[in-house]
Amino acid sequence: MAYTREKPSPIESRDQLRARIPGWGVDLDPQDRPSVPKLRSEPDGNGAHWDFPERQLEHRPRERSVEHAFLTPVFGTTCPARGVSGLMRKAAYRRYSEGRAAHWLLLLAADRVDAWESHVRSFLTLRPDNPITETGVLSEFSHHGIASRIGKRRADVGHQLLDPLIVAGPWVVACGVAYSAIRSIAGRRR
Amino acid sequence: MRAMVYRGPYKIRVEEKDVPRIEHPNDAIVRVTLAAICGSDLHLYHGMMPDTRVGTTFGHEFIGVVEEVGPSVRNLERGDRVMVPFNIFCGSCWFCARGLYSNCHNVNPNATAVGAIYGYSHTCGGYDGGQSEFVRVPFADVGPSRIPDWMDDEDAVLLTDALATGYFGAQLGDIVEGDVVVVFGAGPVGLYAAKSAWLMGAGRVIVIDHLEYRLEKARTFAHAETYNFTEYDDIVVHMKRITDHLGADVAIDAAGAEADGNFLQHVTSAKLKLQGGSPVALNWAIDSVRKGGTVSVMGAYGPMFSAVKFGDALNKGLTLRMNQCPVKRQWPRLFEHVRNGYLKPSDIVTHRVPLEHIGEAYHIFSAKLDGCIKPLVVPSAG
Repeated sequence: MAYTREKPSPIESRDQLRARIPGWGVDLDPQDRPSVPKLRSEPDGNGAHWDFPERQLEHRPRERSVEHAFLTPVFGTTCPARGVSGLMRKAAYRRYSEGRAAHWLLLLAADRVDAWESHVRSFLTLRPDNPITETGVLSEFSHHGIASRIGKRRADVGHQLLDPLIVAGPWVVACGVAYSAIRSIAGRRR
Repeated sequence: MRAMVYRGPYKIRVEEKDVPRIEHPNDAIVRVTLAAICGSDLHLYHGMMPDTRVGTTFGHEFIGVVEEVGPSVRNLERGDRVMVPFNIFCGSCWFCARGLYSNCHNVNPNATAVGAIYGYSHTCGGYDGGQSEFVRVPFADVGPSRIPDWMDDEDAVLLTDALATGYFGAQLGDIVEGDVVVVFGAGPVGLYAAKSAWLMGAGRVIVIDHLEYRLEKARTFAHAETYNFTEYDDIVVHMKRITDHLGADVAIDAAGAEADGNFLQHVTSAKLKLQGGSPVALNWAIDSVRKGGTVSVMGAYGPMFSAVKFGDALNKGLTLRMNQCPVKRQWPRLFEHVRNGYLKPSDIVTHRVPLEHIGEAYHIFSAKLDGCIKPLVVPSAG
């Protein structure tokens, strides 16, 4: 009862819980849990046989947070920054710390630009982007798309209606802009 | 090699990529035998995580066989069957020396606020992930572990993140015997957190979600009491009513950045990316826990701010605890629990797909079709 000092009575006793739940209470002691205490490493070491790791070679300039003193000894090499999105990303890393909203907003904007640059680039290859296969939307027909949603009281169904808008919307706008541009150029030539 | 490749929000495909190379003397190259799609991969898939570059291969839950080792690797050999924790860590920096493996300072040049994670954007270091045939594993002497002979592949892959994170979430709740624990979100991490809460002596475990098939799993797999929040005007009031108007002792947010339940919050965060994530689940956790209680956050959030009810947390005297799970610290205990039959991680697996069909798998998982709780990806199945 919240308004008196007594703790509410447990619904089930220790014995009832032990009988019902496999392993109930095997980790009862809070001091005997794997990450306790927080600031202690494994007593028998963790496999590191260096004080400071050997440094990975930087084959091309690698962007880094201004909060780091230097490039970390190990880093990922996937997808180097390129194009306009790359310039935006480099600017975000060069100019703003992680404490600045500008840093993250610039990176998010660069992600959108990167997606568009990549779509355009894909049309110059033998394997252009395919919004049907790449969104996996065909699984709607093979994996109970309607039955999974109708009559299930799901909170996310309303939100999911926005997904096609987000995916297809920019394509529709881009096609509209391209169509208008072509019409206007054609009109001027006449 | 064949690999899953991100093409922009909601778009992925399988492409031919170069097999990764040894870039550092302590690297290993692992041939992936089994990977999983994590709920937090969906944040990348939906374009929520800053600096997710087109061309990236996702996948931080994977196991495999060592194909090649760098010259300074001592603890692994070619042919070893290994499980790889989702965090990349050096083992020797200030943070690793104190067991904070998920906060390693030597592996992520792109940020100091977060460590490095396989296949999880450049914000997390710019490493490719394991939803592919091969993957580069840095600090091979520190991160990976040989899979015990008695352990199934499907159990092992779920120990690389989901189970370890769920267990860690319960641990950060500082549960004592008889505690009432409420878990928001009945995805894999929520299910494992609920199950782990019992091991730590919880007296009552409650799981909240809106998907009936996940709540059913919470009842059967995690022995939990469940509530579908869509059936209540206000789930926080309901929580108070069923806990003697005190609130739960411990609340675990296992939903994270894309929590449903509030249209406005969802649109401003998941859709418009104006927040680091929808704080619906976190705010419900803050409101549902009793004064002086503990909120453990295991749901993933982006680096941008979120409209979290910090004033309520202050006025209620709450303890808020959170981190990415230092997976390797949990393993010895979790191995025991799996061996003793207290935990059977693979019981939540619902879908197994070949790598070539990963695009459909992402859509099924993202749209919650077909009763999907946990999809696994088999790179070698054609």
